[in-house]
Amino acid sequence: MSRISQQFEALQARGRKALVAYIVNGDPCPEASLPTMHKMVEAGADIIELGVPFSDPMAEGPVIQLGHERALESGTSLTGTLDLVADFRKTDTTTPVILMGYANPVERMGYSRFAERAAQVGVDGLLTVDLPPEELGELKTELAERNIDNIFLLAPTTAPERARHLASNASGFLYYVSLKGVTGAGHLDVDAVKTKLDEFGALTSLPMCVGFGIKDADTATKVARLADGVVIGSVLVDAMGKHAGQSPDEIADAVGAIISDIRRGLDSL
Amino acid sequence: MSEKEQKTTVNYSEFPDAKGHFGQFGGRFVSETLIYALDELQEIYSSLKDDAEFQAEFDRDLAHYVGRPSPLYHAERMSRELGGAQIYFKREDLNHTGAHKVNNTIGQALLAKKTGKTRVIAETGAGQHGVATATVAARLGLKCQVYMGAEDVRRQALNVYRMKLLGAEVIPVTSGSKTLKDAMNEAMRDWATNVDDTFYIIGTVAGPHPYPQLVRDFQAVIGREARAQCLERTGRLPDALVACVGGGSNAIGLFHPFLDDTSVAMYGVEAGGDGVATGRHAAPLNDGVPGVLHGNRTYLMEDENGQIIETHSVSAGLDYPGVGPEHAWLKDLGRVNYVAINDNEALDAFRSTTKVEGIMPALESSHALAYAAKLAPTMAKDQIIIVNLSGRGDKDILTVADIDGITV
Repeated sequence: MSRISQQFEALQARGRKALVAYIVNGDPCPEASLPTMHKMVEAGADIIELGVPFSDPMAEGPVIQLGHERALESGTSLTGTLDLVADFRKTDTTTPVILMGYANPVERMGYSRFAERAAQVGVDGLLTVDLPPEELGELKTELAERNIDNIFLLAPTTAPERARHLASNASGFLYYVSLKGVTGAGHLDVDAVKTKLDEFGALTSLPMCVGFGIKDADTATKVARLADGVVIGSVLVDAMGKHAGQSPDEIADAVGAIISDIRRGLDSL
Repeated sequence: MSEKEQKTTVNYSEFPDAKGHFGQFGGRFVSETLIYALDELQEIYSSLKDDAEFQAEFDRDLAHYVGRPSPLYHAERMSRELGGAQIYFKREDLNHTGAHKVNNTIGQALLAKKTGKTRVIAETGAGQHGVATATVAARLGLKCQVYMGAEDVRRQALNVYRMKLLGAEVIPVTSGSKTLKDAMNEAMRDWATNVDDTFYIIGTVAGPHPYPQLVRDFQAVIGREARAQCLERTGRLPDALVACVGGGSNAIGLFHPFLDDTSVAMYGVEAGGDGVATGRHAAPLNDGVPGVLHGNRTYLMEDENGQIIETHSVSAGLDYPGVGPEHAWLKDLGRVNYVAINDNEALDAFRSTTKVEGIMPALESSHALAYAAKLAPTMAKDQIIIVNLSGRGDKDILTVADIDGITV
């Protein structure tokens, strides 16, 4: 069983909702990422989603686009991201880490080389925004052989038949995109989320997390009621940008404070 | 199958396959939100592409609104001066709005009308596709927003104003390199957000399936006409076709109807910028590697980490780090030769074509003309080259004046 599945089992046993927290590796500077990851866990994140910077992050809103730009300016790459996970694993062997990014850096590295190195350093899952199951090719077996979960997005526009198809190709959990749009958008409709989650929930036994458009403890709590967990990203990346130029510890503390607040909200359920 | 066998047995009209692949290229690399919209588009297009009524409506618009067929013009003086093959221009510059782009926007606007969507969006580089989109939107009463890199907004001020006059809103894109690729990112983001009421009119044979196929089909009118016109005028097929390649829609439009004519050589001309050897260019087929961007797998300009790099070309319409997937496939099959022409050579062709033939070509098309000028002297006087004169150069006058140090 993957570290991600173990984490969901443990959370369910404790009646706790999963908090998946996203930052972009190397944003705003390479030194900030490792202390921030540890601080995220300390503040209550259950799973870390590590953004792999890409020059053309098509599914991201303006806040996370800036995070990618800052990370690229600081010289961060996919190789550097894998190295970061290796460093993180020196002291944390339990918190699942997912890499989230775009197909091209993985293609460039080569599917086999990527999967091998990812397994070596302790990556637990991969979410490639622009790699739907139809285009996975050999990456699917490369990941499966190494017990790395393949996380797929489900969208408000996803038809039930396709949702079944996605679920049958996924492992770990499914990530429901709460709105039509890009990350960090501001028009999340909780009732609409409920309708879709009820529909999708009947199709799969995988845990379901909801992301895109969750800004604070209040929305996180409302959405978490409907799902197994929530994903927060833009609000953290925004904080990292605002604290750019400060020390890594100050940046980590800023992110930690937001996560603690949302954790309290989730734990009140 | 050996490479040689493959070359002789490829049935070009059967591609892309059902999933949008041209060999290893093409496909549908998009986030989940857009899958539904692409399925919907594919369904509508499949049901209409062989529909006689739809084709008749498309042909009517091309005849009476665009002004087709465009002439096939024998550039006699240029041919004589070069002293080799006879050069013919396929005059896409004479289309309404001044370039080949309108063939595609007419077709996609008809599709948009069938979907009942009330808003269209587009990305644009030189502004030609933006103008062509704004034009059809005005005619159909559709709301229109055009994404354009901030750098291109500056370079192509005339087209920006044309779009505004046509009632479109031009949204400058300031992310990344502020050019066409960034405009396409932003248009994709808009589409994902407004997918219910918005039709995305992509301007080239790139993007996720079915765009490379449907844009090609709409642009193939160029090659069908050219083939018939050449046969009628000269009694034979041309020996060579030459077209510029940015995303590659004018080139695929000219080439596609000739792919089975094995005697016809084809040259796709990429933007060599400062020269391919300098790395400052926009020639992924000459100097790129296969990768994934904007919904398809194709040749790309990228660094060793898979990050897309900035491209350089005097021509905004060719300043793009990728290329349509069918071109990537035709390159690997060896059916089309992809070459590069640098900025200075293109500018020389812009000036000489204007002076020798009285036709001012777009800087994009000037790349094709520059290559034809190299090719013609190597061929016999009774041989024929067709150059796709894909657009007129009025939009580039300020750019050229600027290079000459003249304030107009």
